[in-house]
Amino acid sequence: MRAEKIIVKEKVFEHQQAAHCENGVVSNLLRYYNVELSEPLVFGIGSGLFFSHMPFLKVDGIPVTSFRPLPGIIFSRISKRLGITFKKKRFKNSPQKAMEALNANISEGIPTGMLVGVYHLSYFPDPYRFHFNAHNIVVFGRENGAYHISDPIMEDFTQLDYKELMRVRYAKGVFAPKGHMYWVENIPDSIDLKPAIYKGIRQTCKHMLTIPIHYFGVKGIRFMAKKVRNYPKKLGARKAALFTGQIVRALEEIGTGGAGFRFMYAAFLQEAAKITGNDKLKDLSFEMTAIGDLWREFAIITGRIVKNRNKADESYNHAADLLLTIADKEETFYKKLRESIS
Amino acid sequence: MKKKEVPQDDANMMQGKFREPVYSLDETGNYTTVKSVGWDPKNAVMQQAWDHINEKVEETRLKVINGQLSPIAYYMEKNIMDVGLLSKYMGLWKWTVKKHLKPKYFNKLSEERLAQYADIFDITPGQLKDINQLKK
Repeated sequence: MRAEKIIVKEKVFEHQQAAHCENGVVSNLLRYYNVELSEPLVFGIGSGLFFSHMPFLKVDGIPVTSFRPLPGIIFSRISKRLGITFKKKRFKNSPQKAMEALNANISEGIPTGMLVGVYHLSYFPDPYRFHFNAHNIVVFGRENGAYHISDPIMEDFTQLDYKELMRVRYAKGVFAPKGHMYWVENIPDSIDLKPAIYKGIRQTCKHMLTIPIHYFGVKGIRFMAKKVRNYPKKLGARKAALFTGQIVRALEEIGTGGAGFRFMYAAFLQEAAKITGNDKLKDLSFEMTAIGDLWREFAIITGRIVKNRNKADESYNHAADLLLTIADKEETFYKKLRESIS
Repeated sequence: MKKKEVPQDDANMMQGKFREPVYSLDETGNYTTVKSVGWDPKNAVMQQAWDHINEKVEETRLKVINGQLSPIAYYMEKNIMDVGLLSKYMGLWKWTVKKHLKPKYFNKLSEERLAQYADIFDITPGQLKDINQLKK
């Protein structure tokens, strides 16, 4: 992985690309304070793995599917489980004040994380520029009117000018950032990773197995399988392809590291096995990889559906069957995972 | 997924601005990330989403030319917005923005209001008013 460095007040701010922005920002911020936590570790301790399919919640008329919890949750869990405190500020209606507060932080040499909307991020590739407002970046310096930015999605450092940065900090719509910014306030002298890892795992298992509403966790996958099977009958070929395509966008588009975070979670389990000395986690890591491969297979079927989007065919049954298989495998997996740490 | 199986199907979705890390297993069974320029199914669903948007933009363009809708409707679609989002950017009520989508009310808008819309769409007020520009 390529890492670049820029000196902030004699201290180096190191940027490392991540698959997902929330993990990436936490990982990059902590590294600045000599706490080395990889993206998978942040993700696993923060219980970042999840599933939800919510037909009552629609974006542009298409039901929302998500492979992660709500934005900001990984962040708050990490902070709680590792005892790291962050200072947070929000400036509801005063963009100038939000920028002044940022400038003050920068002049003190404090790398500052913030929420931004991606639609107006000038350095983003156009096909990725949607009105998504829960993107995280770190601003850590300012030179000749340009702000130095570490955006976890990007391979290298990048820049925005005052007007651009203000604009993305005040993007409107769902999850409007409202100038929200945060920085590390206190890090404990020693961090015990094992209990944090186990807490993270326990919560993931709990949420995937026991939420009593059929939109979430393993139940959610089964529910979605039923929906997908009926899509062509209920919606017609074109709309069915659009709805199914949206699931794969959530699965693969920006920030999941492949297969809806399943590979990232497998990487976490592998690291967790080393840290905790619990070898069962290593075996389970390979099981998770196999589950991720099945999700990829689902993406391949959907890719074909989307390319022939004008005719409904048997592929939907095939896709739905595969989802049911995945649900069964995931259910067994979380049960074993729960046992492995008890 | 194994490291060497990480797909590199380039459909120029990332426009060369970055490559995306994909978690995969190396030869010794350890997890690592491999940077990928894209994957066929993923490219397909992204393209599908954009086709869907572009169709709506095109439909709206025709309606603006026919005088059924105001240019605001076109630029709203082009910026992947809906009335709810645009009204938030404008600081107006939804129904007010909805009114502005009708040519009748659009033609009565003040210069300030037009400039405010134009600013959100990253165009000049002149461009916003010029329907001829939308005729191909």
